[in-house]
This record gives sequence, structure tokens and C-alpha cells, in this order.
Amino acid sequence: MEQATETPLKKTPLNARHRASGAKMVPFGGWDMPVEYSGLSNEHTAVRTRAGIFDVSHMGEIEIAGKDALAAVQRITSNDAAKLATGQAQYSGLLTPQGTFVDDLLVYRLAPAHFLLVVNAGNIAKDYAWIAANITSAGDAVAVDASSRYALIALQGPEAVNVLQPLTGVDLTSLKYYWFGHGEVASVRATVSRTGYTGEDGFEIFVPPGSADRVWLAILESGRGADVIPCGLGARDTLRLEAGMRLHGNDIDETTTVLEADLSWIVGWKKDDFNGASALREQKASGVKRKIVGFELLDRGIARHGCDAYIGGAKAGLVTSGTQTPHVKKSIGMAYLPVEHTAPGTEFDVDIRGRPTRARVVPMPFYKRPK
Amino acid sequence: MASYPAGFKYTKDHEWIELSGDRGKIGITDYAQQQLGDVVYIELPEIGAKLKQGQSFGTIESVKAVSELYSPVTGEVIEINAALKDKPETVNKDPHGNWMVVIKLTNAGETGALLDAAQYQALIK
Repeated sequence: MEQATETPLKKTPLNARHRASGAKMVPFGGWDMPVEYSGLSNEHTAVRTRAGIFDVSHMGEIEIAGKDALAAVQRITSNDAAKLATGQAQYSGLLTPQGTFVDDLLVYRLAPAHFLLVVNAGNIAKDYAWIAANITSAGDAVAVDASSRYALIALQGPEAVNVLQPLTGVDLTSLKYYWFGHGEVASVRATVSRTGYTGEDGFEIFVPPGSADRVWLAILESGRGADVIPCGLGARDTLRLEAGMRLHGNDIDETTTVLEADLSWIVGWKKDDFNGASALREQKASGVKRKIVGFELLDRGIARHGCDAYIGGAKAGLVTSGTQTPHVKKSIGMAYLPVEHTAPGTEFDVDIRGRPTRARVVPMPFYKRPK
Repeated sequence: MASYPAGFKYTKDHEWIELSGDRGKIGITDYAQQQLGDVVYIELPEIGAKLKQGQSFGTIESVKAVSELYSPVTGEVIEINAALKDKPETVNKDPHGNWMVVIKLTNAGETGALLDAAQYQALIK
């Protein structure tokens, strides 16, 4: 694939490992990343049935600290960070005054007045500049782009807990979903978070960049009996889509509001003023005109990002993500449609390279892991 | 290792053609299906379509990407493998056994420029 810009691609601390392991590498958000190791479908299935390991060190880490750090985080993110205990994380949005997405992110409360924001790789510089500008009114709080201090490894799948536990003193069985703990993994200082972007149980492990390769190999070694395999961004995308998780830049961006993206659960409606609050309150009162839906294609093919949606022969919406899922074996996707056409069962057409293809609105997520 | 039939000719765009008189069966190579991954849709031309060498005769869509299919030769489409419409994944299982179209060649001289199996395998090394 061609790189669109002249800027050299950034490399994660695991880049040499990916290349040595024969992964297929592609440019992604300014980074040289593995898109595929043994095959997308194979990797996807490994995560659904066993476990897979992902290098997600390209993600950005922005820390906010200071006496008024909570007030700063409350101002710039949509969710209610006051609900977070130390050791707990939440999904949230960085919003424009219009209630649309600068980015989506995870907010970790490291200490009462110290937060870690994990943001999308392609948005790190933009987010950091935006955060720094928007927290000045909040009082005593500073933002630091700490991205280069962390490597991030995701271990995802039903076997993840069994594979990781022998390597760490952090008690994983008592670590609840969206909580994290500090300790060591394979004798390396680590923060272990029970989070992920696949719809499976699993962990995201923050380690110092210089030790990333050691942790990566230790996890693969520990997972050998369970046939844990390395996975690329291709499987990460099909897994997150099956789980109904939005991708910034595809499904949500600065043109889509939180309510249109059907994510009102990440808005702290009761908290004080925050970026986008008045726009969202207004939109909540008047109702959205369009909304994101999950859909299934009734015909063959894949409706991809950017395909137009038609209702009764007229252009009515836009597909934001689409794939054929390796696990459920259906052609699925997300699209924005006029709100009166978003009930499950509603049928519409997607223009796939000039070919009208029938689709049907279905509830999300497309896949829910067995409890 | 995949075997590339010695009786086929190949293109740099990873199609194969099995020539028989003035007719050629056309498909994609094992290397191409590996690169594409799971094939989910194949769009083929109408019978009677006239193609120039190197012209697109259809599209093949995998989970990863959509790619054009290019004709190795100039001629007219006289048969299409309609079974691929409902079972496109058979191209992954047996790429050299599942042809897509049969073309009646109108410029047989062109085939000299195609690659033989050894040249093609050197290309994908």
C-alpha cells in the first residue's frame, strides 16, 4: 500500500517483533502497524474462542494532573468522571461545543487528582492541543502527552485470564470489567486493565516501551497451550464491529453528535457544564433527526464506509462501517439513517459501486459473548 | 507450497489463463487469493462482453478489500462461472480449479507476452 504523506511512519516498540514474525505491515494513522499475522479470519476466531494478543502501542496516552484535575476532566469529557473510583476506567468522548466528537477515549483514574486518557493514534497531536487549550479555565491542572512512555498490549479472548494470571501478581479474578490494577507482568512494571475493543473478556496492559517485547513474548509463551496467537488491526476492526463498538474517523467524528451515535450513556447529564453540554441538552429535548443503526445485508457483498443508503429510491443516509464478519458469517455494518427509519426490521438499500444492495436494520451489538 | 500449473499462463496482476485453441479459461492465482483473504463477492461480466487485454472484466471483494479482475487477453466473454455468485469462497479453496470466465480470443499473438509458471513464481517470490 502507498503512504499518502511524506512523513516517515512512526514505529511502536514492537515493530521489529512484528517484522521478524512475518506480519503484513500497513500505514495506519501515521504508524507502521501489523494488519495481519496468520490471516484475519483465523485471528478473529482465535479471539472469539481462545485468545489473541494485539500491539496497540500506537494509541495515545495523555495524563492530566493537579489539584483541579477532576474539574478539568469533567469539563473536557462527556461522561461523569466523578463516578470513577481510583482504579476504575470509563468510556467517554472529547466533545466540540456542538456535541460532536473530537475523539472518543478511555478515562482512567490513577489517583484522586491524576487521570490517564487513552486516545486514538491518529488524533494524539490534535487531542493534546485541544485538551491543553480547553483545561486552562479549570484551575490547577496540567496535561502531558505521555504517549512515548507507554507500550500497550491487549490480550483478548475467553482464555485471556488463564494465560495472564500465571505472569502477574495482580489478582485478575477479582479485577472487574473496566477496573485496573498495578503490579508486574513477566517481572515488568505494568498496569493491567480489564478492558478491550473486541467484545470479549480480556486485558490491556501498559508497560514501559523498553520492556514491551519481553512481555509480548512471555504472554505468547504462557498462551502456547491455549494456542494464543498474535493478531493485527484487520481482526481488531472486524471484532470491534461485531461487538457494535464505534470507530472514530469512521462511525463518529466532528460531524456526528453523541446522541446521533446513540451513545447517550456516555453523557453525564447531571454534571455541571462541560464541552457540548448545552448542544446535547437541546438536541435531547428536540430529538435527533438521524441516528446510527446496525444493519445486515440481505444480498451478497460488503457495504463499506462511505456507501450511500437509499430509502424508497432517495438518498437518505450513509454507511460508516461494514464487513463480512468471520465469526457470525454475515455481512454487517453501521449506518446513519433518518430517525423514523431506524426501527429494527426496517429495510433499505445500499449503493455498493453502483449496485443497489438490500439491507435490514438489526439491533447492535451483532455479537454478544456468552456469560 | 501451492503449485502453479505449467499449462497455464499468468499475468502480473495475478490472473491465470488456460488456453485451448482460440479459447481461454480465466481465474485468479493462489497467490492472489492468499493476498485477498476470505472472498465474499465476485462480480462477473455479461456473456458477449468485449474485452481488451488488461481491461477490467469484473470485481472481486474480500473482507479486506475490493479488487478489479483484469483480462489477460483481448476477446469476447462466451461463458461465465455463475456458480461463483453463490459460492465465491470456492475461489479461496481451489483458485486454480475455479475459473471465472471463458474468453474467445481475437488476438492470439498477445499471449506471447504472458508469463509462464516459472516466471510467475519468480515474480511472487
